[in-house]
Amino acid sequence: MEVFESLLTIVKQGCAHGDAVTDETMVPRGVKIHASDLKNVCINLHQNPAAFFDMLSCITAVDNGVDAGTLEIIYNLYSIPFHHHLALKVIVPRDGGEVDSVQDIWKTANWHEREAYDLFGIIFRGHPYLRRILLPADWEGHPLRKDYKQQEYYRGIKLEY
Amino acid sequence: MSSDKVQYRYNPQGLQLSEPNKFKAEDLRSEEMVINLGPQHPSTHGVLRLEVLLDGEIIREVVPHIGYLHRCFEKHAENLPYDQVIPFVDRLDYVAAMNCEHVYAMGVERMLGIADQIPKRVEYIRVLMAELNRIGSHFIAIGTYGMDIGAFTPFFWVMRDREHILRLLEWASGARLLYNYMWIGGLFYDLPVGFEKRCAEFLQYIKPKLKELETILINNKIFVDRTANVGVLPLDLAINCGVTGPMLRASGLRFDLRRVDGYSVYPELDFNIPVGEGKMGSVGDCWDRTWVRMQEIHESVKIVEQCVHKLTTDHARTRDFDPQALVPKKIRPKGQDFYVRGETPKGELGFFFRADGKSDVPFRCKCRSCSFVNLSVLPEISKGVLMADLIAIIGTIDVVMGEVDR
Repeated sequence: MEVFESLLTIVKQGCAHGDAVTDETMVPRGVKIHASDLKNVCINLHQNPAAFFDMLSCITAVDNGVDAGTLEIIYNLYSIPFHHHLALKVIVPRDGGEVDSVQDIWKTANWHEREAYDLFGIIFRGHPYLRRILLPADWEGHPLRKDYKQQEYYRGIKLEY
Repeated sequence: MSSDKVQYRYNPQGLQLSEPNKFKAEDLRSEEMVINLGPQHPSTHGVLRLEVLLDGEIIREVVPHIGYLHRCFEKHAENLPYDQVIPFVDRLDYVAAMNCEHVYAMGVERMLGIADQIPKRVEYIRVLMAELNRIGSHFIAIGTYGMDIGAFTPFFWVMRDREHILRLLEWASGARLLYNYMWIGGLFYDLPVGFEKRCAEFLQYIKPKLKELETILINNKIFVDRTANVGVLPLDLAINCGVTGPMLRASGLRFDLRRVDGYSVYPELDFNIPVGEGKMGSVGDCWDRTWVRMQEIHESVKIVEQCVHKLTTDHARTRDFDPQALVPKKIRPKGQDFYVRGETPKGELGFFFRADGKSDVPFRCKCRSCSFVNLSVLPEISKGVLMADLIAIIGTIDVVMGEVDR
Protein backbone atom coordinates (compact mmCIF):
# COMPACT_ATOMS: atom_id res chain seq x y z
CA MET A 1 0.00 0.00 0.00
CA GLU A 2 1.23 3.46 -0.83
CA VAL A 3 0.50 4.86 2.58
CA PHE A 4 2.57 2.22 4.27
CA GLU A 5 5.44 2.74 1.83
CA SER A 6 5.57 6.46 2.58
CA LEU A 7 5.50 5.75 6.31
CA LEU A 8 8.28 3.22 5.85
CA THR A 9 10.47 5.90 4.21
CA ILE A 10 9.91 8.20 7.17
CA VAL A 11 10.80 5.38 9.54
CA LYS A 12 13.95 4.59 7.56
CA GLN A 13 15.12 8.19 7.83
CA GLY A 14 15.61 7.75 11.53
CA CYS A 15 17.38 4.41 11.35
CA ALA A 16 21.12 4.72 11.85
CA HIS A 17 22.11 1.56 13.59
CA GLY A 18 20.02 -1.10 11.98
CA ASP A 19 17.58 -1.62 9.21
CA ALA A 20 13.82 -1.15 9.23
CA VAL A 21 12.22 -4.41 8.18
CA THR A 22 8.54 -4.78 7.44
CA ASP A 23 6.91 -7.35 9.63
CA GLU A 24 4.23 -9.10 7.64
CA THR A 25 2.52 -10.81 10.53
CA MET A 26 1.39 -7.64 12.23
CA VAL A 27 -2.04 -6.08 12.00
CA PRO A 28 -1.89 -3.03 11.72
CA ARG A 29 1.19 -3.09 9.46
CA GLY A 30 4.36 -3.01 11.46
CA VAL A 31 8.06 -2.29 11.15
CA LYS A 32 10.83 -3.97 13.05
CA ILE A 33 13.55 -1.55 14.04
CA HIS A 34 16.74 -1.70 16.03
CA ALA A 35 16.55 -0.78 19.70
CA SER A 36 18.96 2.13 19.44
CA ASP A 37 17.01 3.72 16.59
CA LEU A 38 13.80 3.87 18.54
CA LYS A 39 14.09 7.42 19.85
CA ASN A 40 15.01 8.94 16.49
CA VAL A 41 12.31 7.06 14.64
CA CYS A 42 9.68 8.09 17.15
CA ILE A 43 10.71 11.74 17.00
CA ASN A 44 10.47 11.59 13.21
CA LEU A 45 7.06 10.00 13.26
CA HIS A 46 5.79 12.52 15.78
CA GLN A 47 7.19 15.68 14.18
CA ASN A 48 6.97 14.93 10.48
CA PRO A 49 3.84 16.66 9.12
CA ALA A 50 3.24 13.86 6.63
CA ALA A 51 3.14 11.24 9.37
CA PHE A 52 1.85 13.16 12.40
CA PHE A 53 1.51 10.22 14.76
CA ASP A 54 0.16 12.16 17.69
CA MET A 55 -1.33 9.31 19.66
CA LEU A 56 0.49 6.37 21.16
CA SER A 57 -2.23 3.80 21.73
CA CYS A 58 -0.39 1.03 23.46
CA ILE A 59 3.06 -0.22 24.48
CA THR A 60 3.12 -3.99 24.77
CA ALA A 61 5.98 -6.13 25.92
CA VAL A 62 6.11 -9.79 24.87
CA ASP A 63 8.36 -12.46 26.30
CA ASN A 64 9.49 -14.91 23.68
CA GLY A 65 10.50 -17.57 26.15
CA VAL A 66 13.70 -18.68 27.77
CA ASP A 67 14.91 -20.61 24.70
CA ALA A 68 14.58 -17.69 22.33
CA GLY A 69 16.12 -15.38 24.86
CA THR A 70 14.52 -12.16 23.66
CA LEU A 71 11.88 -9.73 24.73
CA GLU A 72 9.91 -7.69 22.25
CA ILE A 73 8.38 -4.29 22.77
CA ILE A 74 5.65 -3.22 20.39
CA TYR A 75 4.47 0.35 20.03
CA ASN A 76 1.05 0.89 18.47
CA LEU A 77 0.85 4.35 16.99
CA TYR A 78 -2.16 6.13 15.55
CA SER A 79 -2.44 9.35 13.63
CA ILE A 80 -5.71 11.13 14.37
CA PRO A 81 -5.82 13.55 11.41
CA PHE A 82 -4.75 10.99 8.79
CA HIS A 83 -6.33 7.85 10.31
CA HIS A 84 -3.10 5.85 9.92
CA HIS A 85 -2.06 2.98 12.13
CA LEU A 86 1.52 1.88 12.52
CA ALA A 87 3.24 -0.61 14.76
CA LEU A 88 6.91 -0.54 15.73
CA LYS A 89 8.62 -3.64 17.01
CA VAL A 90 11.86 -3.55 18.99
CA ILE A 91 13.70 -6.68 20.12
CA VAL A 92 15.88 -6.64 23.22
CA PRO A 93 17.78 -9.42 24.98
CA ARG A 94 16.11 -10.98 27.96
CA ASP A 95 18.77 -10.31 30.54
CA GLY A 96 19.33 -6.64 31.06
CA GLY A 97 17.17 -5.44 28.20
CA GLU A 98 17.25 -1.66 27.96
CA VAL A 99 15.46 0.73 25.66
CA ASP A 100 15.19 4.50 25.46
CA SER A 101 12.08 5.94 26.99
CA VAL A 102 9.73 7.81 24.68
CA GLN A 103 7.83 9.51 27.43
CA ASP A 104 9.10 12.96 26.45
CA ILE A 105 7.51 12.53 23.05
CA TRP A 106 4.20 11.06 24.19
CA LYS A 107 3.34 11.55 27.86
CA THR A 108 1.15 8.48 27.89
CA ALA A 109 4.28 6.33 27.61
CA ASN A 110 5.11 7.23 31.20
CA TRP A 111 2.68 4.78 32.77
CA HIS A 112 2.88 2.21 29.96
CA GLU A 113 6.64 1.95 30.41
CA ARG A 114 6.30 1.67 34.16
CA GLU A 115 3.93 -1.21 33.59
CA ALA A 116 6.33 -2.93 31.17
CA TYR A 117 9.10 -2.51 33.72
CA ASP A 118 6.89 -3.86 36.48
CA LEU A 119 5.70 -6.96 34.68
CA PHE A 120 8.72 -7.76 32.50
CA GLY A 121 11.77 -6.04 33.93
CA ILE A 122 12.68 -3.93 30.90
CA ILE A 123 14.61 -0.81 31.89
CA PHE A 124 13.67 2.40 30.07
CA ARG A 125 16.57 4.82 29.98
CA GLY A 126 15.60 8.38 30.70
CA HIS A 127 12.33 7.67 32.44
CA PRO A 128 11.91 10.13 35.32
CA TYR A 129 10.21 7.83 37.78
CA LEU A 130 10.65 4.19 36.83
CA ARG A 131 9.27 2.00 39.54
CA ARG A 132 6.61 -0.59 39.99
CA ILE A 133 3.09 0.51 39.30
CA LEU A 134 0.72 -2.42 39.62
CA LEU A 135 2.56 -4.67 42.05
CA PRO A 136 3.76 -3.74 45.53
CA ALA A 137 7.15 -2.10 45.57
CA ASP A 138 8.86 -4.98 47.34
CA TRP A 139 7.54 -7.77 45.13
CA GLU A 140 10.18 -10.13 43.80
CA GLY A 141 10.32 -11.04 40.18
CA HIS A 142 8.56 -9.96 37.04
CA PRO A 143 5.34 -11.93 36.68
CA LEU A 144 4.66 -11.93 32.97
CA ARG A 145 7.95 -13.54 32.08
CA LYS A 146 7.57 -17.14 31.00
CA ASP A 147 9.94 -18.48 33.66
CA TYR A 148 8.38 -16.62 36.54
CA LYS A 149 8.02 -18.58 39.75
CA GLN A 150 5.80 -17.10 42.38
CA GLN A 151 7.51 -16.30 45.65
CA GLU A 152 6.57 -18.48 48.62
CA TYR A 153 5.88 -15.80 51.15
CA TYR A 154 5.17 -12.12 50.88
CA ARG A 155 5.74 -10.36 54.17
CA GLY A 156 4.89 -13.49 56.11
CA ILE A 157 1.72 -14.31 54.13
CA LYS A 158 1.76 -17.65 52.33
CA LEU A 159 0.93 -17.20 48.68
CA GLU A 160 -0.23 -20.67 47.62
CA TYR A 161 -3.65 -21.52 48.90
CA MET B 1 -7.59 1.11 85.76
CA SER B 2 -5.07 -1.58 84.93
CA SER B 3 -2.48 0.59 83.20
CA ASP B 4 -0.05 -2.31 82.87
CA LYS B 5 -2.32 -4.12 80.34
CA VAL B 6 -1.42 -2.11 77.26
CA GLN B 7 -3.40 -3.16 74.25
CA TYR B 8 -1.33 -1.51 71.60
CA ARG B 9 2.05 0.07 71.77
CA TYR B 10 3.03 2.33 68.88
CA ASN B 11 6.04 1.07 67.00
CA PRO B 12 7.38 3.39 64.30
CA GLN B 13 8.73 0.40 62.35
CA GLY B 14 5.34 -1.25 62.52
CA LEU B 15 3.93 0.75 59.61
CA GLN B 16 5.39 -0.54 56.38
CA LEU B 17 3.99 0.85 53.21
CA SER B 18 3.89 -1.61 50.37
CA GLU B 19 3.86 1.42 48.08
CA PRO B 20 6.16 3.96 49.67
CA ASN B 21 5.29 7.59 49.11
CA LYS B 22 7.16 9.63 46.57
CA PHE B 23 7.57 12.53 48.99
CA LYS B 24 9.15 11.97 52.35
CA ALA B 25 9.14 14.38 55.25
CA GLU B 26 12.64 15.61 54.43
CA ASP B 27 11.72 16.69 50.89
CA LEU B 28 9.03 19.11 51.93
CA ARG B 29 9.28 22.77 52.66
CA SER B 30 7.91 23.99 55.94
CA GLU B 31 4.51 25.01 54.62
CA GLU B 32 3.84 21.86 52.60
CA MET B 33 2.25 18.66 53.81
CA VAL B 34 1.56 15.27 52.32
CA ILE B 35 -1.92 13.90 52.70
CA ASN B 36 -2.94 10.41 51.81
CA LEU B 37 -6.32 9.93 50.10
CA GLY B 38 -6.19 6.29 50.99
CA PRO B 39 -7.40 3.30 49.07
CA GLN B 40 -10.55 3.25 51.17
CA HIS B 41 -12.27 6.50 50.44
CA PRO B 42 -15.82 7.21 49.40
CA SER B 43 -14.84 9.55 46.60
CA THR B 44 -12.04 7.80 44.83
CA HIS B 45 -14.27 5.40 42.91
CA GLY B 46 -12.68 2.22 44.07
CA VAL B 47 -9.31 1.38 45.50
CA LEU B 48 -7.23 4.30 44.33
CA ARG B 49 -4.63 5.84 46.57
CA LEU B 50 -3.64 9.42 45.98
CA GLU B 51 -0.68 11.01 47.62
CA VAL B 52 -1.37 14.72 47.60
CA LEU B 53 1.28 17.34 48.27
CA LEU B 54 -0.55 20.35 49.63
CA ASP B 55 0.42 23.90 50.31
CA GLY B 56 -2.38 24.97 52.59
CA GLU B 57 -5.41 24.16 50.50
CA ILE B 58 -3.74 24.35 47.11
CA ILE B 59 -2.39 21.22 45.53
CA ARG B 60 1.20 21.18 44.39
CA GLU B 61 1.29 17.63 43.11
CA VAL B 62 -0.80 14.50 43.06
CA VAL B 63 0.80 11.07 42.80
CA PRO B 64 -1.64 8.24 42.13
CA HIS B 65 -0.70 4.82 43.48
CA ILE B 66 -2.59 2.02 41.86
CA GLY B 67 -2.43 -1.74 41.86
CA TYR B 68 -4.74 -2.53 44.74
CA LEU B 69 -7.05 -4.47 42.44
CA HIS B 70 -4.41 -6.08 40.24
CA ARG B 71 -5.52 -9.59 39.37
CA CYS B 72 -3.09 -10.13 36.51
CA PHE B 73 -5.64 -10.67 33.78
CA GLU B 74 -2.86 -10.98 31.23
CA LYS B 75 -1.23 -13.96 32.89
CA HIS B 76 -4.59 -15.73 33.20
CA ALA B 77 -5.26 -15.08 29.52
CA GLU B 78 -2.02 -16.82 28.64
CA ASN B 79 -3.25 -20.07 30.16
CA LEU B 80 -6.80 -20.26 28.85
CA PRO B 81 -8.27 -20.78 25.40
CA TYR B 82 -9.60 -17.68 23.69
CA ASP B 83 -13.26 -18.32 24.46
CA GLN B 84 -12.67 -19.06 28.11
CA VAL B 85 -11.13 -15.65 28.63
CA ILE B 86 -14.50 -13.91 28.12
CA PRO B 87 -15.52 -14.01 31.83
CA PHE B 88 -12.16 -12.44 32.69
CA VAL B 89 -12.74 -9.73 30.14
CA ASP B 90 -16.09 -8.96 31.82
CA ARG B 91 -14.36 -8.32 35.07
CA LEU B 92 -12.12 -5.62 33.67
CA ASP B 93 -14.68 -2.84 33.44
CA TYR B 94 -17.40 -4.34 35.52
CA VAL B 95 -19.96 -1.57 35.07
CA ALA B 96 -19.93 -1.83 31.27
CA ALA B 97 -19.03 -5.46 30.75
CA MET B 98 -20.94 -5.88 27.48
CA ASN B 99 -18.73 -3.31 25.77
CA CYS B 100 -15.56 -5.06 26.87
CA GLU B 101 -16.85 -8.40 25.63
CA HIS B 102 -17.87 -6.80 22.35
CA VAL B 103 -14.35 -5.49 21.68
CA TYR B 104 -12.70 -8.76 22.65
CA ALA B 105 -15.07 -10.95 20.65
CA MET B 106 -14.71 -8.63 17.65
CA GLY B 107 -10.92 -8.87 17.90
CA VAL B 108 -10.75 -12.64 17.98
CA GLU B 109 -13.32 -12.92 15.18
CA ARG B 110 -11.25 -10.60 13.00
CA MET B 111 -8.15 -12.66 13.73
CA LEU B 112 -9.96 -15.83 12.71
CA GLY B 113 -11.41 -14.19 9.61
CA ILE B 114 -15.05 -14.89 10.46
CA ALA B 115 -15.92 -11.29 11.28
CA ASP B 116 -18.01 -10.66 8.14
CA GLN B 117 -19.95 -13.90 8.44
CA ILE B 118 -21.58 -13.05 11.73
CA PRO B 119 -25.34 -12.81 11.16
CA LYS B 120 -26.80 -9.32 11.20
CA ARG B 121 -29.24 -10.20 13.94
CA VAL B 122 -26.36 -11.15 16.20
CA GLU B 123 -24.63 -7.85 15.43
CA TYR B 124 -27.74 -5.83 16.18
CA ILE B 125 -28.27 -7.62 19.48
CA ARG B 126 -24.64 -6.97 20.36
CA VAL B 127 -25.00 -3.26 19.65
CA LEU B 128 -28.26 -3.15 21.60
CA MET B 129 -26.63 -4.69 24.65
CA ALA B 130 -23.56 -2.51 24.36
CA GLU B 131 -25.59 0.67 24.15
CA LEU B 132 -27.81 -0.31 27.08
CA ASN B 133 -24.65 -0.88 29.05
CA ARG B 134 -23.31 2.47 27.91
CA ILE B 135 -26.41 4.16 29.33
CA GLY B 136 -25.91 2.24 32.58
CA SER B 137 -22.26 3.17 32.82
CA HIS B 138 -22.89 6.85 32.21
CA PHE B 139 -25.66 6.76 34.78
CA ILE B 140 -23.18 5.53 37.36
CA ALA B 141 -20.64 8.11 36.28
CA ILE B 142 -23.08 11.00 36.63
CA GLY B 143 -24.79 9.68 39.75
CA THR B 144 -21.64 9.02 41.74
CA TYR B 145 -20.17 12.28 40.53
CA GLY B 146 -23.17 14.13 41.91
CA MET B 147 -22.71 12.27 45.16
CA ASP B 148 -19.06 13.28 45.35
CA ILE B 149 -20.03 16.90 44.79
CA GLY B 150 -22.67 16.63 47.48
CA ALA B 151 -25.92 16.06 45.60
CA PHE B 152 -27.30 12.82 46.97
CA THR B 153 -30.70 12.69 45.29
CA PRO B 154 -29.63 12.18 41.65
CA PHE B 155 -27.64 9.12 42.71
CA PHE B 156 -30.76 7.34 43.90
CA TRP B 157 -32.76 8.37 40.85
CA VAL B 158 -30.01 7.10 38.61
CA MET B 159 -29.75 3.80 40.48
CA ARG B 160 -33.50 3.32 40.24
CA ASP B 161 -33.37 3.82 36.46
CA ARG B 162 -30.31 1.66 36.09
CA GLU B 163 -32.14 -1.11 37.90
CA HIS B 164 -34.49 -1.40 34.92
CA ILE B 165 -31.52 -1.83 32.57
CA LEU B 166 -29.99 -4.48 34.78
CA ARG B 167 -33.26 -6.38 34.92
CA LEU B 168 -33.48 -6.34 31.13
CA LEU B 169 -29.93 -7.62 30.84
CA GLU B 170 -30.56 -10.27 33.46
CA TRP B 171 -33.55 -11.44 31.49
CA ALA B 172 -31.41 -11.78 28.36
CA SER B 173 -28.19 -13.17 29.74
CA GLY B 174 -28.75 -14.44 33.24
CA ALA B 175 -26.52 -12.04 35.12
CA ARG B 176 -26.86 -8.47 36.28
CA LEU B 177 -23.31 -7.29 36.04
CA LEU B 178 -20.90 -9.88 34.62
CA TYR B 179 -22.65 -11.36 31.67
CA ASN B 180 -20.48 -13.80 29.67
CA TYR B 181 -23.01 -13.16 26.92
CA MET B 182 -21.09 -12.28 23.78
CA TRP B 183 -19.18 -15.32 22.66
CA ILE B 184 -16.65 -15.51 19.89
CA GLY B 185 -18.75 -16.12 16.82
CA GLY B 186 -22.12 -15.24 18.27
CA LEU B 187 -24.01 -15.00 21.50
CA PHE B 188 -24.73 -17.32 24.36
CA TYR B 189 -28.54 -17.05 24.04
CA ASP B 190 -30.92 -15.33 21.71
CA LEU B 191 -33.11 -12.56 23.09
CA PRO B 192 -36.06 -13.85 25.11
CA VAL B 193 -39.53 -13.54 23.61
CA GLY B 194 -41.01 -10.17 24.51
CA PHE B 195 -37.65 -8.50 25.10
CA GLU B 196 -38.03 -5.96 22.32
CA LYS B 197 -41.39 -4.84 23.64
CA ARG B 198 -40.08 -4.40 27.18
CA CYS B 199 -37.06 -2.56 25.86
CA ALA B 200 -39.24 -0.14 23.92
CA GLU B 201 -41.32 0.47 27.06
CA PHE B 202 -38.15 1.17 28.98
CA LEU B 203 -37.10 3.78 26.44
CA GLN B 204 -40.44 5.53 26.74
CA TYR B 205 -40.04 5.50 30.50
CA ILE B 206 -36.49 6.83 30.53
CA LYS B 207 -36.87 9.92 28.34
CA PRO B 208 -38.68 12.15 30.87
CA LYS B 209 -36.33 10.88 33.57
CA LEU B 210 -33.35 12.17 31.63
CA LYS B 211 -34.93 15.61 31.49
CA GLU B 212 -35.41 15.48 35.26
CA LEU B 213 -31.79 14.48 35.74
CA GLU B 214 -30.63 17.39 33.66
CA THR B 215 -32.75 19.84 35.60
CA ILE B 216 -31.73 18.66 39.01
CA LEU B 217 -28.03 18.10 38.43
CA ILE B 218 -26.49 19.26 35.20
CA ASN B 219 -28.13 22.68 35.02
CA ASN B 220 -28.14 23.17 38.77
CA LYS B 221 -26.49 26.44 39.71
CA ILE B 222 -24.50 24.94 42.57
CA PHE B 223 -23.22 22.12 40.36
CA VAL B 224 -22.23 24.59 37.67
CA ASP B 225 -20.39 26.78 40.15
CA ARG B 226 -18.59 23.78 41.51
CA THR B 227 -17.51 22.29 38.22
CA ALA B 228 -17.19 25.02 35.60
CA ASN B 229 -13.64 26.12 34.80
CA VAL B 230 -12.27 23.38 37.04
CA GLY B 231 -9.74 20.85 35.75
CA VAL B 232 -9.52 22.17 32.23
CA LEU B 233 -7.87 19.63 29.95
CA PRO B 234 -6.36 21.28 26.86
CA LEU B 235 -6.73 19.29 23.66
CA ASP B 236 -3.06 18.87 22.83
CA LEU B 237 -2.31 17.61 26.33
CA ALA B 238 -5.22 15.21 26.05
CA ILE B 239 -3.99 13.70 22.79
CA ASN B 240 -0.41 13.53 24.00
CA CYS B 241 -1.50 11.74 27.15
CA GLY B 242 -3.54 9.26 25.14
CA VAL B 243 -6.86 10.28 26.64
CA THR B 244 -9.87 8.97 24.74
CA GLY B 245 -13.60 8.76 25.17
CA PRO B 246 -15.85 11.42 26.69
CA MET B 247 -12.83 13.19 28.17
CA LEU B 248 -11.32 13.76 24.75
CA ARG B 249 -14.64 14.73 23.23
CA ALA B 250 -15.23 17.25 26.01
CA SER B 251 -11.92 18.89 25.12
CA GLY B 252 -13.26 19.66 21.69
CA LEU B 253 -12.31 16.82 19.36
CA ARG B 254 -15.15 14.98 17.65
CA PHE B 255 -13.44 11.60 17.81
CA ASP B 256 -15.55 8.53 18.42
CA LEU B 257 -14.31 5.11 17.39
CA ARG B 258 -17.82 4.05 16.50
CA ARG B 259 -17.72 6.56 13.67
CA VAL B 260 -13.98 6.62 12.93
CA ASP B 261 -13.47 2.86 12.70
CA GLY B 262 -17.07 2.05 11.85
CA TYR B 263 -17.09 -1.41 13.35
CA SER B 264 -20.07 -3.76 13.76
CA VAL B 265 -23.35 -2.23 12.53
CA TYR B 266 -22.67 1.32 13.69
CA PRO B 267 -22.34 2.68 10.11
CA GLU B 268 -25.98 1.77 9.54
CA LEU B 269 -27.21 3.60 12.61
CA ASP B 270 -27.93 7.28 12.88
CA PHE B 271 -26.51 9.09 15.88
CA ASN B 272 -24.58 12.27 16.67
CA ILE B 273 -21.40 12.69 18.61
CA PRO B 274 -21.56 15.35 21.31
CA VAL B 275 -18.54 17.57 21.73
CA GLY B 276 -17.73 19.88 24.59
CA GLU B 277 -18.37 23.53 23.75
CA GLY B 278 -17.58 25.26 27.00
CA LYS B 279 -21.15 26.43 27.56
CA MET B 280 -20.83 27.09 31.25
CA GLY B 281 -17.12 27.69 31.52
CA SER B 282 -14.18 26.71 29.36
CA VAL B 283 -13.92 23.92 26.85
CA GLY B 284 -12.74 20.76 28.55
CA ASP B 285 -13.65 21.55 32.12
CA CYS B 286 -15.48 19.19 34.46
CA TRP B 287 -18.91 20.48 33.54
CA ASP B 288 -18.24 19.80 29.88
CA ARG B 289 -17.27 16.21 30.57
CA THR B 290 -20.42 15.57 32.54
CA TRP B 291 -22.51 17.31 29.89
CA VAL B 292 -20.93 15.17 27.15
CA ARG B 293 -21.82 12.04 29.08
CA MET B 294 -25.39 13.24 29.49
CA GLN B 295 -25.72 13.90 25.77
CA GLU B 296 -24.23 10.51 25.00
CA ILE B 297 -27.03 8.93 27.02
CA HIS B 298 -29.52 10.66 24.70
CA GLU B 299 -27.63 9.38 21.67
CA SER B 300 -27.52 5.85 23.07
CA VAL B 301 -31.27 5.94 23.60
CA LYS B 302 -31.62 6.83 19.91
CA ILE B 303 -29.38 3.91 18.93
CA VAL B 304 -31.31 1.46 21.11
CA GLU B 305 -34.57 2.62 19.51
CA GLN B 306 -33.20 1.97 16.05
CA CYS B 307 -31.86 -1.43 17.06
CA VAL B 308 -35.18 -2.48 18.56
CA HIS B 309 -36.94 -1.37 15.41
CA LYS B 310 -34.54 -3.35 13.22
CA LEU B 311 -34.81 -6.42 15.43
CA THR B 312 -38.58 -6.49 15.05
CA THR B 313 -38.75 -5.81 11.32
CA ASP B 314 -35.75 -6.69 9.14
CA HIS B 315 -34.01 -9.13 11.41
CA ALA B 316 -36.94 -10.49 13.37
CA ARG B 317 -36.53 -13.72 15.21
CA THR B 318 -37.07 -16.91 13.28
CA ARG B 319 -37.55 -20.39 14.57
CA ASP B 320 -34.29 -21.74 13.26
CA PHE B 321 -31.99 -18.93 14.31
CA ASP B 322 -29.14 -20.26 16.39
CA PRO B 323 -26.90 -17.62 17.96
CA GLN B 324 -24.19 -20.20 18.53
CA ALA B 325 -24.16 -21.38 14.93
CA LEU B 326 -20.80 -19.83 14.12
CA VAL B 327 -19.09 -20.37 17.44
CA PRO B 328 -15.97 -22.31 16.51
CA LYS B 329 -15.14 -25.41 18.47
CA LYS B 330 -11.42 -24.85 18.22
CA ILE B 331 -10.07 -21.33 18.04
CA ARG B 332 -6.63 -21.32 16.52
CA PRO B 333 -5.81 -18.10 14.67
CA LYS B 334 -2.71 -18.12 12.50
CA GLY B 335 0.44 -16.56 13.89
CA GLN B 336 0.08 -12.78 13.97
CA ASP B 337 0.18 -9.70 16.14
CA PHE B 338 -3.22 -8.09 16.23
CA TYR B 339 -4.46 -4.88 17.81
CA VAL B 340 -8.20 -4.28 18.02
CA ARG B 341 -9.85 -1.28 19.59
CA GLY B 342 -13.40 -0.27 20.37
CA GLU B 343 -15.31 2.51 22.06
CA THR B 344 -16.42 1.66 25.57
CA PRO B 345 -18.21 4.25 27.71
CA LYS B 346 -14.90 5.24 29.27
CA GLY B 347 -12.81 5.51 26.11
CA GLU B 348 -10.76 3.37 23.78
CA LEU B 349 -10.40 -0.18 24.96
CA GLY B 350 -7.76 -2.04 23.00
CA PHE B 351 -6.61 -5.63 23.01
CA PHE B 352 -3.24 -6.64 21.66
CA PHE B 353 -3.05 -10.34 20.76
CA ARG B 354 0.04 -12.30 19.89
CA ALA B 355 -1.11 -15.58 18.41
CA ASP B 356 1.53 -18.11 17.54
CA GLY B 357 -0.60 -20.25 15.27
CA LYS B 358 0.28 -23.43 17.10
CA SER B 359 -1.99 -23.42 20.12
CA ASP B 360 -5.48 -22.52 21.26
CA VAL B 361 -4.11 -20.25 23.92
CA PRO B 362 -3.06 -16.63 23.24
CA PHE B 363 0.68 -16.25 23.57
CA ARG B 364 0.14 -12.71 24.83
CA CYS B 365 -3.06 -10.81 25.42
CA LYS B 366 -2.56 -7.26 26.55
CA CYS B 367 -5.43 -5.03 27.51
CA ARG B 368 -4.96 -1.35 26.80
CA SER B 369 -7.53 -0.01 29.17
CA CYS B 370 -8.95 3.46 28.87
CA SER B 371 -9.22 4.12 32.59
CA PHE B 372 -5.50 3.39 33.07
CA VAL B 373 -4.52 5.97 30.51
CA ASN B 374 -7.19 8.49 31.50
CA LEU B 375 -6.05 8.32 35.11
CA SER B 376 -2.49 9.13 34.13
CA VAL B 377 -3.62 12.62 33.14
CA LEU B 378 -4.76 13.41 36.70
CA PRO B 379 -1.39 14.75 37.91
CA GLU B 380 -1.24 17.09 34.92
CA ILE B 381 -4.60 18.78 35.30
CA SER B 382 -4.72 19.08 39.06
CA LYS B 383 -1.74 21.33 39.68
CA GLY B 384 -2.74 24.46 41.51
CA VAL B 385 -6.36 23.54 42.20
CA LEU B 386 -8.01 23.47 45.57
CA MET B 387 -8.50 20.23 47.45
CA ALA B 388 -12.24 20.16 46.86
CA ASP B 389 -11.66 20.64 43.15
CA LEU B 390 -9.47 17.55 43.14
CA ILE B 391 -12.49 15.48 44.18
CA ALA B 392 -14.43 17.13 41.40
CA ILE B 393 -11.74 16.25 38.87
CA ILE B 394 -11.41 12.60 39.88
CA GLY B 395 -15.13 12.14 39.42
CA THR B 396 -15.07 13.30 35.83
CA ILE B 397 -12.25 11.01 34.85
CA ASP B 398 -14.73 8.19 35.55
CA VAL B 399 -12.28 5.53 36.58
CA VAL B 400 -13.22 1.97 37.24
CA MET B 401 -10.38 0.40 39.16
CA GLY B 402 -10.98 -3.01 37.69
CA GLU B 403 -9.87 -1.61 34.37
CA VAL B 404 -6.98 0.44 35.73
CA ASP B 405 -5.39 -2.45 37.54
CA ARG B 406 -6.72 -5.30 35.46
